[in-house]
Amino acid sequence: MSAPLMNTPLALLRRWYDSDLAFSFRSSPSVVIAAVVAVVIIMAAVFAPLVAPFNPFDPGALKLMDAFTAPAWTDEGKMPYLLGTDDQGRDLLSTILYGSRISLLVGFAAIAFAAVFGTLIGVLCGYRGGWLDVAVMRTADVQLTIPSILIALTIDGVTRTALPRELHNEIAIFVLIFAIGIADWPQFARVARSAALVERHKDYVSAARVIGQPSWVIVLRHVLPNTLGPVLVLATVGLALAVLSEATLSFLGVGVPPTQPSLGTLIRVGQSFLFSGEWWITFFPAMTLVLLVLAVNVLGDWLRDALNPKLR
Amino acid sequence: MAAFRLKTALLAGALALTLPLAAAPALAQGKVLRWASQGDYLTMDPHSQNEGLTRTGSFQTYEGLVGYSADLKFVPALATSWKAVNDTTWEFKLRQGVKFHDGADFTADDVVFSVKRAQHPASDFKTYIASVKEVKKIDSHTVHVETNGANPILPNQIANIFILSKAWAEKNNVVNPQSYKDKEETFAVRNTNGTGPFMLKQREQDVRTVMVRNPTWWGLKDNPHNIDEIVYTPVTTPATRVAALLSSQLDFVLDVPVQDVERVKRSPGLQVKKTNEIRSIFLGLDVGSAELKYSDVKGKNPFADKRVRQAMYHAIDMQAIAQKVMRGDAVVAGMITSPGVHGYNTAIDKRLPYDVNKAKALLKDAGYPNGFGVKLDCSNDRYVNDEGVCQAVVGMLAQAGIKVDLAAQSKTLHFPKLQKKDTSFFLLGWGVPTFDSHYVFSYLVQTPDGKNGSWNFTNYSNPKLDAMFNGMLSELDQGKRDKLIADAWNIINDEVIYLPLHHQVLNWAMSDKLDMPIIADNVPRFHFAKMK
Amino acid sequence: MLGYIVGRLAQALAVMLAVALVAFLLFNYVGDPINNMVGQEATTMDRQELRDQLGLDDPAPVQFARFLGNAIQGNFGLSYRMKRPVAALIQERLPATLELVFLSALASLVVGLPLGVYTALRRDSWFSRVVLTTSLVGVSLPTFVIGIGLIYLLSVQFDLLPSFGRGQVVSLGWWTTGFLTKSGWAAIVMPAITLSLYQLTLVLRLVRTEMMEVLRTDYIKFARARGLSNRVVHFRHALKNTMMPVVTIVGLQIGGLIAFSIVTETVFQWPGMGLLFIQAVGFADIPVMAAYLVLVGAMFVVLNLMVDLAYFVIDPRLRVDRAKAAGKAT
Repeated sequence: MSAPLMNTPLALLRRWYDSDLAFSFRSSPSVVIAAVVAVVIIMAAVFAPLVAPFNPFDPGALKLMDAFTAPAWTDEGKMPYLLGTDDQGRDLLSTILYGSRISLLVGFAAIAFAAVFGTLIGVLCGYRGGWLDVAVMRTADVQLTIPSILIALTIDGVTRTALPRELHNEIAIFVLIFAIGIADWPQFARVARSAALVERHKDYVSAARVIGQPSWVIVLRHVLPNTLGPVLVLATVGLALAVLSEATLSFLGVGVPPTQPSLGTLIRVGQSFLFSGEWWITFFPAMTLVLLVLAVNVLGDWLRDALNPKLR
Repeated sequence: MAAFRLKTALLAGALALTLPLAAAPALAQGKVLRWASQGDYLTMDPHSQNEGLTRTGSFQTYEGLVGYSADLKFVPALATSWKAVNDTTWEFKLRQGVKFHDGADFTADDVVFSVKRAQHPASDFKTYIASVKEVKKIDSHTVHVETNGANPILPNQIANIFILSKAWAEKNNVVNPQSYKDKEETFAVRNTNGTGPFMLKQREQDVRTVMVRNPTWWGLKDNPHNIDEIVYTPVTTPATRVAALLSSQLDFVLDVPVQDVERVKRSPGLQVKKTNEIRSIFLGLDVGSAELKYSDVKGKNPFADKRVRQAMYHAIDMQAIAQKVMRGDAVVAGMITSPGVHGYNTAIDKRLPYDVNKAKALLKDAGYPNGFGVKLDCSNDRYVNDEGVCQAVVGMLAQAGIKVDLAAQSKTLHFPKLQKKDTSFFLLGWGVPTFDSHYVFSYLVQTPDGKNGSWNFTNYSNPKLDAMFNGMLSELDQGKRDKLIADAWNIINDEVIYLPLHHQVLNWAMSDKLDMPIIADNVPRFHFAKMK
Repeated sequence: MLGYIVGRLAQALAVMLAVALVAFLLFNYVGDPINNMVGQEATTMDRQELRDQLGLDDPAPVQFARFLGNAIQGNFGLSYRMKRPVAALIQERLPATLELVFLSALASLVVGLPLGVYTALRRDSWFSRVVLTTSLVGVSLPTFVIGIGLIYLLSVQFDLLPSFGRGQVVSLGWWTTGFLTKSGWAAIVMPAITLSLYQLTLVLRLVRTEMMEVLRTDYIKFARARGLSNRVVHFRHALKNTMMPVVTIVGLQIGGLIAFSIVTETVFQWPGMGLLFIQAVGFADIPVMAAYLVLVGAMFVVLNLMVDLAYFVIDPRLRVDRAKAAGKAT
């Protein structure tokens, strides 16, 4: 095979197809199904404004008299409300799509925040060592002993007190992202740090130092890429946890404001209608949440095993 | 030694194990009524907290001079009769032979003491008897209550003042109502000694409160109830409360959610009693400020324009809210007080018709052809489906062009926000324990002056109305007083200061084994109950 | 050795101070308790007077100093809502939460350990696959959904178990227990299942991973080479080496159970500290919230300290970091 061919898209695809990772992916049907489910939910959520039949957040379009319509395939149901409507007459399918969007936004952003912050600080600690390392890792130790849900509750509470209520509502979603994300950074920091510790003493790093590259270049170019595998595994599992955390906080009533309901809020609201027979209001959001988290968990599990051949 | 200790511990454990078993047969003989609602009593001190559920607790163990019948008529209780002996003095004849739970005799001294106690600054009931100048003991079973100026509704007000034993209070150092100054728990917070039909037996805050039958209660002859024990458990989560009722762990639920009423009715062995509560739910508008605090209209106040207020009224389809959000359990309201209150009038209780086009036209006339934006403050744990009602209102106003941003929050945040007047548009509900319109006027419409108008967050001030309200207080001619009240209501409705929504409907769910009347002030009184 | 212990203690103290500061900051301005303490009849003057009495208008450092001084004496003041000393309230609620947490931890260990061992030894059996898949579903279900589902199924549909409360409890001194009555046992079943499910899957997966890791070590290979039976190798050698990190993690996770009992107690109306906390949040009952945070913080610190010291005593070679990292990454 000649060198230029190596970089055509087709060849890259081919190379990916032949890799160990892709092979283990192909050979496990449950992982493939999980990937499909995750991609479908994520895509539907991202493109909710295009996919959803209604905009559930437009109060002017609300038809209260259509409230509590059952799913379309039941006797009481009617189109266009495929999965029925909620207590305010919002189309449930649209509400779920927009709700997943918020849940995923919070989940992804929180994990991205934790991963970037944790990895950077971990690599820095591993590379630099010294008092910075000690201080940061002690802090991480301490934080790891406190359950993330309590940290999130506390942070949400702190911002609620520190900020005027009006402002808090507007930035509630950022507060939530920060509250969930900040609980996760120590794990990323640990993983990145140990990877950096290993890399620091390798010859190529010494070589880079000798030829006079500044340390930030060494860290960014040489140390960081080696941490990406474990970080990816952590991030996948973390995403599932973050989505669950968001749902739990919303269930306890401290999540995103109800004007922008996430999946957790939808379940909390729908729960009140479980005994009165309007099961669909809580059932479909709950199923969406469980499917999403399950799919991401399966992917995370697979990724961990695949990237850690020792365990195979 | 160690072995001995272990043995003792085991013995203690075994003994403890048999205790509940031994107690069980005794319980099985008596009629035990287990009930729940979402919150707990705040305190057992009868003068400390004027809050709905706390009053419910007091009404079982304590009594006033004047009592309430099941249909909320004022009836003799600890006083057998009362009359005005002159313009400023009411005479109460006290019931003979009544005993407190500790066995002490009830006399005029206890009445003089209790009214004074309720006037103490730490009391939350002092406003009811703000007009009382002095209480005098005439003989052991007669008292005179002197008021500043005439007060024709004093008996209604004094019905809310519970009587406790002077000797007991002095002995237990609870002469004053529980206060926060000493930051201490007083004896009266967890112990009671009234004359009421039930006696407090066990009090575990937020877990359970047990009351037992008062076998020597004077009223047993007229109200021969057969309840031996009442166990109250607060259950916060609505779904759990309903589940407990459905699986017969409870005999009575005070606040069954509207959506579960049908399910409970359908369930064998359960029934739902329904009545109109003496409480109205409405929206308030800041009509008096130069500029709204939470609106995109700057430099002027859209709510100051009556046409805007009318437009909003026309835009709200209350029928739809009553049917869907409240599932039919709401009485569509055209005034902010409900049937059962003196001064309520079906002729006044008429809504402006639902008409979106008219609303749009009115907005256009007022200079807002494209509507405007405003923020609505709403509670989410105080009234029946309060947040659902607000959400529906938001949708309806949006259809008329008014973009409403909803801020729904717990009552612990909602009410303080209102009291700081930190609101432009808000939801409120108002119940009337005195059953007189003056109570509504003096709190919600009268110009705030430190004593009156403390729940008037509209910045509305009308000297003419204020004069009418003050006139009502001392007007002895019933006809003239009624005319004043009717005129006041007409002015209030015409001005559209508040947008009435509905009169709240109560749903009490109970076991078929329980025969108990529903009472419109949402305070169950278990001495009216019979259990199979 | 002494230096290590002193260092750990100092660290624990620093954490406690930080937690106290957070507790103070968090709860000093949440909501407005005044409106809950007086009824709707109180005037503006009454309200201001009450603010003055409670010192709600003092500068923040003054309030924090007062808070710390009181907290050290276990005095968190009077509950705004219940008008009773917070310490007494917590003491009443503590047994309920601890019994629930204890039973949940026990259940997760008793069920999770054998399943973890099994799935590590028989990695490819269909039962292992079912268990692992189910465990994934377990971590993917939010606690409150499990709770609501159990109530709907076992209380309402089949009328088997009570849906709320603790049943009949027995007092043993200041401790109250539900373990001595039938209704107490019936009441704890559903909350304990709900709370333990997540921990159970955690234990299961941790045991499996650790066990597989250990089975690959030279030490095990050597034992096998010596001709020892599978049973001896698995249970005497491998399991023993797996237990250490597992027990540690379960110990640390008790903190997690206490935190998650907030959700479980809310769903089942379990009269424990978590419910007290959430009710306090609803009522802006500042003293109760502050006390809860400080107490739970203290529990974490003590548990953590104990684990650290135990490690130090049992196996000085083990770096504390490593064990904890292994546990948390799972």
